[in-house]
Amino acid sequence: MRFITRKKVIIISILLTILLGLVILFSITVGSVKVGSLRSITILLQSILGLKGAETETERAIILSLRLPRALLAGLVGAGLSVSGAIFQALLRNPLADPYILGVSSGAAVGAIIAVLMGLSSLSIGLPLASFIGAFLTILIVFNFGRQNGKMHPNTLLLAGVIIGSFLSALIMFFISISQKEELHTIIFWLMGDFSFSNPQAVYMIFPYIFLGFIFLYLRARQLNLILSGEESALQMGVDVERLKLISYLLASLITAASVSVCGLIGFVGLIVPHSVRLIFGPDHRLLLPSAALIGASFLIASDTFARTLLAPTELPVGVITAAFGGPFFIYLLRTRKVVKTL
Amino acid sequence: MIDVHSISFRYQKDWILRDISFQIGKGEFIGVIGPNGSGKTTLLKILYRLLSPQEGEVLFELVPLKRMSRTDIAKRIAVVAQETYPLFPFRVIEIVLMGRSPYLGYLMFESERDLEIAKKAMEWTEILNFSERPIDELSGGERKRVFIARALAQESEVILLDEPTANLDIHHQIEFLDLILSLNRERGLTIVMATHDMNLASEFCDRLILLRQGRIYKMGTPQEVITKETIETVYGCDVWVDQNPVSAMPRISLLRKERHEIETVGRDRISTK
Repeated sequence: MRFITRKKVIIISILLTILLGLVILFSITVGSVKVGSLRSITILLQSILGLKGAETETERAIILSLRLPRALLAGLVGAGLSVSGAIFQALLRNPLADPYILGVSSGAAVGAIIAVLMGLSSLSIGLPLASFIGAFLTILIVFNFGRQNGKMHPNTLLLAGVIIGSFLSALIMFFISISQKEELHTIIFWLMGDFSFSNPQAVYMIFPYIFLGFIFLYLRARQLNLILSGEESALQMGVDVERLKLISYLLASLITAASVSVCGLIGFVGLIVPHSVRLIFGPDHRLLLPSAALIGASFLIASDTFARTLLAPTELPVGVITAAFGGPFFIYLLRTRKVVKTL
Repeated sequence: MIDVHSISFRYQKDWILRDISFQIGKGEFIGVIGPNGSGKTTLLKILYRLLSPQEGEVLFELVPLKRMSRTDIAKRIAVVAQETYPLFPFRVIEIVLMGRSPYLGYLMFESERDLEIAKKAMEWTEILNFSERPIDELSGGERKRVFIARALAQESEVILLDEPTANLDIHHQIEFLDLILSLNRERGLTIVMATHDMNLASEFCDRLILLRQGRIYKMGTPQEVITKETIETVYGCDVWVDQNPVSAMPRISLLRKERHEIETVGRDRISTK
């Protein structure tokens, strides 16, 4: 009988981790300076072991301080957006939900734009920090408005998120209209989602949120399965539904805030990766969450690699690539398999 | 086993249930009947503490329900509610295994023993041969059995059913209730079923609770509850009650408005002759 076992989850996770490793390797070898894959591996190994080899300093610098951190950052963001997208779809019981649906992204954007307008360079750590604060404040406001009698109702929360999101969008428009030309470029690229501006050190900043957030969400994977049949049904199975919702919404929102703060609004990943993974591996969160994280990471690293090499030396915003490649692939899956129940 | 002690419940201002008291013994098959809005579903929801009454309390084997933990309740009482399906298509076996949730705690995966229990439940409900099909590809009758299997996998002592035969044709209605009856008689499960179908309730239930505007109007065996007078008062329409010629249980026939006077008069004449 086919169902989810520990063995299945472990095997698939290992295979997907190998895939992720290959994607990272591919990503650090291509670019304006070609560094062969064997060479890249030696550089990586040497730096891990603390050895110094025959490779030039330039090559080392390109691999270790530019491409690898950027690939890791893209991987973390890809994993974060995919996992939080899957969680929002489950909690809101809405297949159209994505990580940005509760307005977290707009809050992050307002924070980032204010930072840009205050003259903070996009490479400084101040911009992601401001953006994270914006996102976090939005979460608090939305959750505060979305609760009724201490309970979070999906539709109330959704409405609160959408309305606060559109209010923040008005703020974004306002800021754009008063911004100078140089700032405008940064702001627009931020809104499209882009890694070229991001500070590689941001990896350290967002890693704890995304990693710990994932672990704590994964501990509740089985309960999340139950809530897909509705809150009453989960309650009948002994789930403390209100607690599950509060913790999951909060963690998924924090993951989103952390992801968005370093690279802006990368669209589509959080919507299509969870759906694609469900179509391939089924809806059980015990398998869905790890595979969405690993596939989302691989997908965003690959997309970012294309974004910076396709029209080199010009870099495209990665959001363009995710939508351009993700869209048609998703349509293909949609045509060949069933996404949601057809009752 | 279940002791409902003068409970009253309201959502906002108006009382939905008022001063309800009854007891359910182990192994009983209870039917809860009554017109739309009489509080049947609300009563069921109180029995597994989805809702808590403002007054009175429900005791489960002498323990107040509100002192039991969610998982404790889930281990004792299983629910087959009106149509609820997962947003994304799980397979039958996956749904049935979900019935093991109350026993897993923070464990992530089901054990071999859990799988055995799920398989037995599917055997009993005769769904083993389509255990791998996605739930949304099944017919209404098959889906009902999947959720009964999930309730069985829960290994509870009580199963609460809310309108289980709605949307089923007569073949599947009978098949479903025969299955429930066999669980009741052979495995000693206590059944509480809310239903609109009084003829089925009369055939299958040991005792009926008839609700009217949030109060118990009458409670007792089908013979005691389903009488022409009672049904006409509670439902406000004219009916004819006689006996099912095979089982001798009370049977309700509905009467058309414009013709019933002649008919009933005719019948009365026949019966008084």
